[in-house]
Amino acid sequence: MSDQFSVVGAPIKNVQLLGHVTGSTQYVDEISFPGMLWVKAVRSPVARGKIKKIDTSKAEKLPGVVRIITAKDVPNNIHVNMAVIGIGPPDEPVLPEDEVKYKGEAICLVVAKDEDTAAKGAQLVEVEIEELPPVLDMEEALKPSAPVITKWGINAFIYGSGMDGATMPGRPGRPFFLVKRGDVEAAFKKADYVVEGSYLIPPIEHAPIEPHVCVAKPEPGQRLTIYTTTQAPYFVRDNVASILKIPPSNIRVVAPAVGGGFGGKVDPEFEMQVAVAAMCVGRPVKWRWTREEEFTISTTRPAIKIEIQDALSSSGLILGRRARLLHDSGAYTRTSPYGVIKSTVNLSGPYHIPNVYYEGYCVYTNRQPSSAMRGYGVFEVSYAVELQMERDARKLGIDSWEFRFKNAYRNGQVTATGRLIDDAYLIEVMKVAAALSGVSLPHHLLQMSSWG
Amino acid sequence: MRIRFKLDGQDVEVDVKHTDTLLKVLKDRIGVGSVHFGCGEGSCGACMVLINGRLRYSCLTLAGYVDGKEVTTVAALARDGELTEIQRAFLENDAAQCGYCTPGMILTAKVLLEKNPSPSDEELFDALAGNLCRCTGYIPIINAIKSVSRR
Repeated sequence: MSDQFSVVGAPIKNVQLLGHVTGSTQYVDEISFPGMLWVKAVRSPVARGKIKKIDTSKAEKLPGVVRIITAKDVPNNIHVNMAVIGIGPPDEPVLPEDEVKYKGEAICLVVAKDEDTAAKGAQLVEVEIEELPPVLDMEEALKPSAPVITKWGINAFIYGSGMDGATMPGRPGRPFFLVKRGDVEAAFKKADYVVEGSYLIPPIEHAPIEPHVCVAKPEPGQRLTIYTTTQAPYFVRDNVASILKIPPSNIRVVAPAVGGGFGGKVDPEFEMQVAVAAMCVGRPVKWRWTREEEFTISTTRPAIKIEIQDALSSSGLILGRRARLLHDSGAYTRTSPYGVIKSTVNLSGPYHIPNVYYEGYCVYTNRQPSSAMRGYGVFEVSYAVELQMERDARKLGIDSWEFRFKNAYRNGQVTATGRLIDDAYLIEVMKVAAALSGVSLPHHLLQMSSWG
Repeated sequence: MRIRFKLDGQDVEVDVKHTDTLLKVLKDRIGVGSVHFGCGEGSCGACMVLINGRLRYSCLTLAGYVDGKEVTTVAALARDGELTEIQRAFLENDAAQCGYCTPGMILTAKVLLEKNPSPSDEELFDALAGNLCRCTGYIPIINAIKSVSRR
């Protein structure tokens, strides 16, 4: 192969390395313009509450404060977010009009001559909030007695009613994404053993060393340049265009080097707020999040709860699996319904399970919104599935390598979602993994292959 | 108050508030690109500089403190485009991914090797304890530093 190709199979240097070691790589924080102003947010002190009054009079009198931006300054106060690619519903305001849904949600923005003045101004804004009981636990959120925190009357995403952007509106929906194959009830009746497991995965903060930072610069003729630390410039462009009610072609998004993203810079989280501020004051505006904001406001990997029941035969096969997965979306939708689809279809792991019934719930709670992070939806499920495999093997009294070899996908089998497998390599990969980790597998396992 | 200091060999004169940190002045007033804001509370090391040759978090240093002193960032290490040995080692060992922590890592390595040219693994890990890399590239960073240490 090396004779034919000069790129395929050859290691490639990170082209930014020279900049990194000489300190000349340009990140957003190095971008500055004459007359540039700074933004800070007034943030909600409670997880859920009604905004009764916002008194900006003291803050406005502080020398250096230029403007205070509230919901009424936003031309189209709907954060479209991933609805631009069919993951709806657009349920998040750019700035809330009457209700805050998570602790730290930005209520209004203070634009000032420098960062310190903006922060001081934000402290002087007086917000009167009537605190409401928050929903913080996913199981609690699904109970009929729970306070409803979404606009559509249930603290879960409704699949199949048009809300997901993939099906026709008006069709009956259900509060969970369903994967069903075979006859799971019959499998459990036939089972020699039933093994249950419950798995909790906590939210994880991406914690890039570079916090969120953005500069928005108005240009003549209702145009705007946005310099931001993003993994998805087009999401930023389309969201800001819809919020400002200007054509996307009026917006240029510049994405310089990103100081770590890991999925945390996929959602446009604050660019629209900086853009609105810049358009309101007609000057370049910068917002650099603090480390505290990075932890408490930016998205996290979702908290996930997975319950699995396996029907096992004494011969060591998984006859059927029931699973229920709860995915904590936090206060708003962001990319969570997409994450739930990913995780629910993966609940078989890389194993052949002929009879399955999987429910995946996208649950809303009064926590900071969760979203993408490094293979989210897959990683969490793999954790639960592989622990469950260990539990199953223990119950059967067989070695877990043997149990995995027996149940691994073979070519010619069909997945839970109906795809014919034609590229299975799990058995081959496990043989290599065993050899690398110094495990000597018995002869009958080494004889197995994904083609037989 | 007005302070004067040398920044990467150049004379700098700037008006600062008593409460301004050196990081704030370097980033937001002078526009230095070789120092990064990461946490603002002395945890991550992205803002590290040398003050009269000593390693310091610029986010925990008041700007007034550097009056009359020499502040060095990673940008001053290469001379006429010629990289130092430790910079070359970072390049050769792919010891950077996003690069945000790299200036601090390189300054830490430089100071460590000047004091202790052949650090043990433990001394190396100990020296790097104040610098976080979230791309989890610690192994190539350690390999780079080891490659220039005298064994």
